[in-house]
Amino acid sequence: MEEYETGYFYKKIDKIVFGMESPKIIKKMAAVKVVTPELYDKEGYPVDGGLMDTRMGVIDPGLKCKTCGCNLKECTGHFGYIELARPAVHVKYVRPIYSILRATCRSCGRILLDEKKIAFFRAKIRKVKETHDEEAVMAAVEEAILAARKVDKCPYCKVKHGKISIEKPTSFIEDEKRLSPIEVRIRLEKVTDDDCELLGFNPQAARPEWMILTLFPIPPVTMRPSITLESGERSEDDLTHKLGDIVRINQRLYENINAGAPEIIVEDLWDLLQYHITTFFDNNIAQLPPARHRSGQPLKTLTDRIKSKEGRLRHNLAGKRTNFSARTVISPDPSIALDEVGVPESIAMKLTIPERVTSWNIDYLKKFVESGPSKLFGANYIVRPDGKKKKITEETKEQLLEEIQPGYIVERHLMDGDTAIFNRQPSLHRMSMMCHKVKILPYQTFRVNPAVCHPYNADFDGDEMNLHIPQTEEARAEAEILMEVRTQMISPRYGLSVIGCVQDAISGTYLLTKDIRLPREKAINLLFAAGVDDISRLPKKAELSGKEIFSQVLPADFSFEGTSRLCKHHEKCMKEKCENEGYVLIENGNLVCGVMDKNNLGEESGLLLRELNKRYGDEALKILERIFKLGVATLTFRGFSSVISDMDLAEPVKEEIRKLLDKADADVNTLVETYRRGELEALPGRTVQESVELKILEVLNKARNETGKIVVNASSVETDDLVMVKSGARGNFLSITQMAAFVGQQSLRGNRINQGYDGRTLSAFQKNDLGSRARGFIRNGFKDGLSPAEFFFMGMTGRDSLMDTALRTPKSGYLYRRLANAMQDLKAEYDGTVRDSNNRIIQFKYGEDGIDVSRSVAGKVDVKKIIESVR
Amino acid sequence: MAKKIEHLLIPEHTKISEKEKKELLERYQISEHELPAILLKDPAIAHLNAKPGDVIMITRKSPTAGESVFYRVVKLE
Repeated sequence: MEEYETGYFYKKIDKIVFGMESPKIIKKMAAVKVVTPELYDKEGYPVDGGLMDTRMGVIDPGLKCKTCGCNLKECTGHFGYIELARPAVHVKYVRPIYSILRATCRSCGRILLDEKKIAFFRAKIRKVKETHDEEAVMAAVEEAILAARKVDKCPYCKVKHGKISIEKPTSFIEDEKRLSPIEVRIRLEKVTDDDCELLGFNPQAARPEWMILTLFPIPPVTMRPSITLESGERSEDDLTHKLGDIVRINQRLYENINAGAPEIIVEDLWDLLQYHITTFFDNNIAQLPPARHRSGQPLKTLTDRIKSKEGRLRHNLAGKRTNFSARTVISPDPSIALDEVGVPESIAMKLTIPERVTSWNIDYLKKFVESGPSKLFGANYIVRPDGKKKKITEETKEQLLEEIQPGYIVERHLMDGDTAIFNRQPSLHRMSMMCHKVKILPYQTFRVNPAVCHPYNADFDGDEMNLHIPQTEEARAEAEILMEVRTQMISPRYGLSVIGCVQDAISGTYLLTKDIRLPREKAINLLFAAGVDDISRLPKKAELSGKEIFSQVLPADFSFEGTSRLCKHHEKCMKEKCENEGYVLIENGNLVCGVMDKNNLGEESGLLLRELNKRYGDEALKILERIFKLGVATLTFRGFSSVISDMDLAEPVKEEIRKLLDKADADVNTLVETYRRGELEALPGRTVQESVELKILEVLNKARNETGKIVVNASSVETDDLVMVKSGARGNFLSITQMAAFVGQQSLRGNRINQGYDGRTLSAFQKNDLGSRARGFIRNGFKDGLSPAEFFFMGMTGRDSLMDTALRTPKSGYLYRRLANAMQDLKAEYDGTVRDSNNRIIQFKYGEDGIDVSRSVAGKVDVKKIIESVR
Repeated sequence: MAKKIEHLLIPEHTKISEKEKKELLERYQISEHELPAILLKDPAIAHLNAKPGDVIMITRKSPTAGESVFYRVVKLE
């Protein structure tokens, strides 16, 4: 305990003990003894001793609580209680009551264990308590109870133990005779404090008999407020209804007992009381019909308030909602900036930004008020210096315009250039929430530049995203410094740019830097479209090469050396003389040789982008934007298209492929023959069957790979499909082969298709046919069309992969979540160690190599390069 | 005394001296319980004749750093 200057005492909480409410406590904390189910008198005031008694708190703004003298906002309410005419079981404690009844003597109430065993279990439980968590303690207790249950004669009073069962939900049966709650309570009372420990109870905090209610606490009025309908009629909370039932039945039970009514009637009323008390706690008990409103809808009682998605925990405590946010479908717009977000006009008129009126901006802000709430770039509210908020309407706006003066706040509509935070769920990494600049656009969707889809993992098949508008200067500054798209370019996961050129932008820059030559005017048009207006560096020539045009978007002092996808990885690099344009060299902002493709511009791979970011920091994003737009403009200007005849193969090539396939088929048949004759040798660790399958797969895969080479070499001209493949914008050589030549082997879980009828996949084949066609090898290409059997096989694998992705996504998502939660407060310290919140070391060197990945290139630090650059 | 386990998945475990242990704790400004633990009964250190409080140095192969050293303090339970 320490005393600070403030005079407050600060204590560290050592532990918290949870227990049950004893009747004593119920009575002590109660402010009222409720005696009547009535709520209000004729004047509409709460009845004394009724369920809405003002001593239990107030829900009327005018009234004062009779217990504490506070009003609605200050008083949190006070409990009341009723005395139950007969005790009732608390449903939520049925299980523990049951296990105690089974483990204790019916007559003397001792636990059914002899002294020796008691000592043994007591020692065990105490030891576990000291060293382990609560779960382990409960396991030890469970053991003791289990041991006691097996004893059928009390070791102390030698009374034979009866067989006890539960009749759901709240009755106990002993040897076919029902135990009343009174009898149950008497037994629980007999359990000694010492035995309580073995039964898992802390007798100070929770005596077993408290699980049977004799007094019933009435929750404060404040947690069950009534609402006044427009008609002036009062509508009570579900809990109040339920409490009314309980009090009413309790009264009747009292009266009947006092009047000496027959036992059957008393029993019936008692059961009814038990039912009401049970449903008060939980209205979803399987064996009980739920208590309902007159309208037939079930009452929402205590358990419903806490449990499930709409309950207090997940809805109100774990789930937060926010104002000044918007959500709608996203769609692409490559013409807006990378760090912009297109906001629909209708949303811009709902979201506001508060701006304080000063003598310098009063005219500027008055314009917003003048426009009113229903015109773009207007305002919705003004706030007076005393904090009073006034809505701007067409009628009041003239008057408010007069009133407005420095010190007021105008809540103006969103407009171009405002700061917003843009987000797509699941927010798995920090790039899932980035700060964008607003751009107001027509129509109803958020517009996103396709280049920033990757960090959000967004596409446009119906994805929705959220937008938040920071409301204070401080919040805006923080968002801009920490969350701007340009600051998020380099991923801390792999040290490369998460943002890069995609689709058209890659194809475009590839074509531009490869072989396009343009007259000067057209080159300038292109550059202007890309956002370059300074063309002083453009060579003074009538005709310009694509490389010269591309160089204009790079900074004048930028140098870079790298390789493109066309690099064949020759042993000795030819550098500038590389015939494949595989060597990329940029000297002082001039692209000397090589083409620009996915290797240097792509997301998660762009080495050029990484270098730009290293040299120019946040400016790199603007450079990337120019490259992106230049690529798109090039493609738009040049035109880009595909035709079915692009997939045509010349007759000799077709013949070659046919021969290759026939040979592969023959090889497969030979393998099968050898296998049938039993001459095939098994591979190590495999059966003969597995071996033949593997060998067949090998033969067929080889055939496909060779075909791939033939198809690629067969194309003399670079069609636009090939441009996409070569630049890395979309597709790969395999997909071209599948269209032009044949699709290849379909596989289900790593094997050839093997299921279907007895010994064959389809009835069109012979039994036990192990040939290529009968087991899912597709000989035709997509362009020629598949045979029915082939189509069917493809459908099989297609569905399998669909199922696979549908099942895998939630699994891997949950796995990630568990990892993130387990590691969320690990931290890399200045000495390079990774430690948890208790300062314990988890890793002696972060990542074992101590490298900050976000400052590396793909997780590596090239020391040679650094020395070179310094020299 | 138990024999050392030779297996490609079990990295090299060695006991460090009392002096080295002191230097280690000094270097990271930590006390013994802030080190990762290893159970005395762990088969990988059965051959080292270690006692609780000893520090075991483990030299592992690492995909990022080539080789990395790790320290664990021996605990009874």
